[in-house]
Amino acid sequence: MKIIEQIGKYFVLMNRVFSKPEKNRIYYKQVLIEIESLGINSIGIVIIISIFMGAVITLQTRYNLENPLIPLYLIGLTARDSMLLEFSSTIVGLILAGKVGSNIASEIGHMRITEQIDALEIMGVNSACYLILPKIIATVIFNPILTLISMFVGVFGGWAASVITGALTSTDYIYGIQYWFVPFYITYSLVKTVVFAIIITSVPAFFGYYVKGGALEVGHSSTKGVVTSSVLILLFNVILTQLMLA
Amino acid sequence: MIKIEHLNKKFYDVPVLKDISITFQEGKTNLVIGKSGSGKTVLVKSIIGLHKIDSGNILFHDRDFVSMSVRQKQELRREMGMLFQGGALFDSLTVEENIKFPLEMFTKMSTKEKRKRVDFCLQRVNLHDVNNLYPAELSGGMQKRVAIARAIVQNPKYLFCDEPNSGLDPITAIVIDNLISDITHEFNITTIVNTHDMNSVMEIGEKVVFIHEGEKSWEGTKDDVLSSDDKYLNDFVFASNLAKRIKEKM
Repeated sequence: MKIIEQIGKYFVLMNRVFSKPEKNRIYYKQVLIEIESLGINSIGIVIIISIFMGAVITLQTRYNLENPLIPLYLIGLTARDSMLLEFSSTIVGLILAGKVGSNIASEIGHMRITEQIDALEIMGVNSACYLILPKIIATVIFNPILTLISMFVGVFGGWAASVITGALTSTDYIYGIQYWFVPFYITYSLVKTVVFAIIITSVPAFFGYYVKGGALEVGHSSTKGVVTSSVLILLFNVILTQLMLA
Repeated sequence: MIKIEHLNKKFYDVPVLKDISITFQEGKTNLVIGKSGSGKTVLVKSIIGLHKIDSGNILFHDRDFVSMSVRQKQELRREMGMLFQGGALFDSLTVEENIKFPLEMFTKMSTKEKRKRVDFCLQRVNLHDVNNLYPAELSGGMQKRVAIARAIVQNPKYLFCDEPNSGLDPITAIVIDNLISDITHEFNITTIVNTHDMNSVMEIGEKVVFIHEGEKSWEGTKDDVLSSDDKYLNDFVFASNLAKRIKEKM
């Protein structure tokens, strides 16, 4: 029963979030601030993670392919498709759920317990819309860019690992990443990213917005936000894969 | 003028406010006093709509707040200012940005006009050269004064103050009390101050309402407080040894 109540409360909050802003110019400015805070500031971690993911996928595939009949360029193909289909959207999504999600839940939760949200309401501002909508718009705009960066850097990481360790030649790897390329995989990955962006921002925001108590409860709301959004990302990953690839 | 009629509020079947009816007068400092947990904050938060009431009427100059739509409530709230217990200043904004925020959101003032208004409000609360500081860089008393400046920036008709003196030394507390009282008279605001500080009552209490266990137990002026025969009010007013000694000498 509590889960149903929480889901209902979430959609009531979203109804308030997606209502007409009081002043578009202020919201536009907030979106730019959130793009910097939630998007641009995440580029570093996305690049680091993607390089290592690409490298590890390449090396693991190489050490598991002992059969001489299987051509080595397939390692490049495997690295490319793994990054495009799964890692750049889902794994990066999960990592951003931790980084961005905890940030959002604690920021909004802190504003709730220090009555800053009440102050907004008293001024006649729709606090849910003002605090949450710019974050959702910012991540929906910027996370696909992060995914594209992750794809590129991940594939590059695979190339670097193969060349540095001598696992396969640069020619084989480059031939593999060009072989049987399906452009729809990028569309599929970007659609997933947009859905994940909404989850990553709205779910932790929900837990932060309704927090009651003090600093301890804000911490709990942050944990709940990250765990719930991570589970939802995995669930929607299955649903979207079935809908788009099956 | 704010009139509340037969206001009732429960939290999980526990009655917190029981059939409260009060008229808060325009241009006067109306004080709601009572022990911690008596329902003062719930009363003020119910009046401004932060808590949904179970029954009763709340009238702002005969406008029924309870039956208003969300949009109408938001519009009416633009006539309100509130000073929260902890100040509730936006941490990430400077003092000037905090005060300017409602103007940015709801007015079409030019940058120059907004700046002028902010400076006027800061001068009114006796603050200078703090425009570019962040709330964390201010003392508790200064934060309260910035919060008052933000509350009055839009010329509110109604001002709500929740425990304005909490965490302040007695001298700063009197400064804040007098500031609230002066602003109330100067701009003819209906002010409701929620407090348990007896110094505030004796300093600025033009109308005083005593709440005991969610019920209105007594109503009068600061001059009547000391001579009241209400048992609960007497227990509250003369709780300290100092107050008991003063009573013995009366």
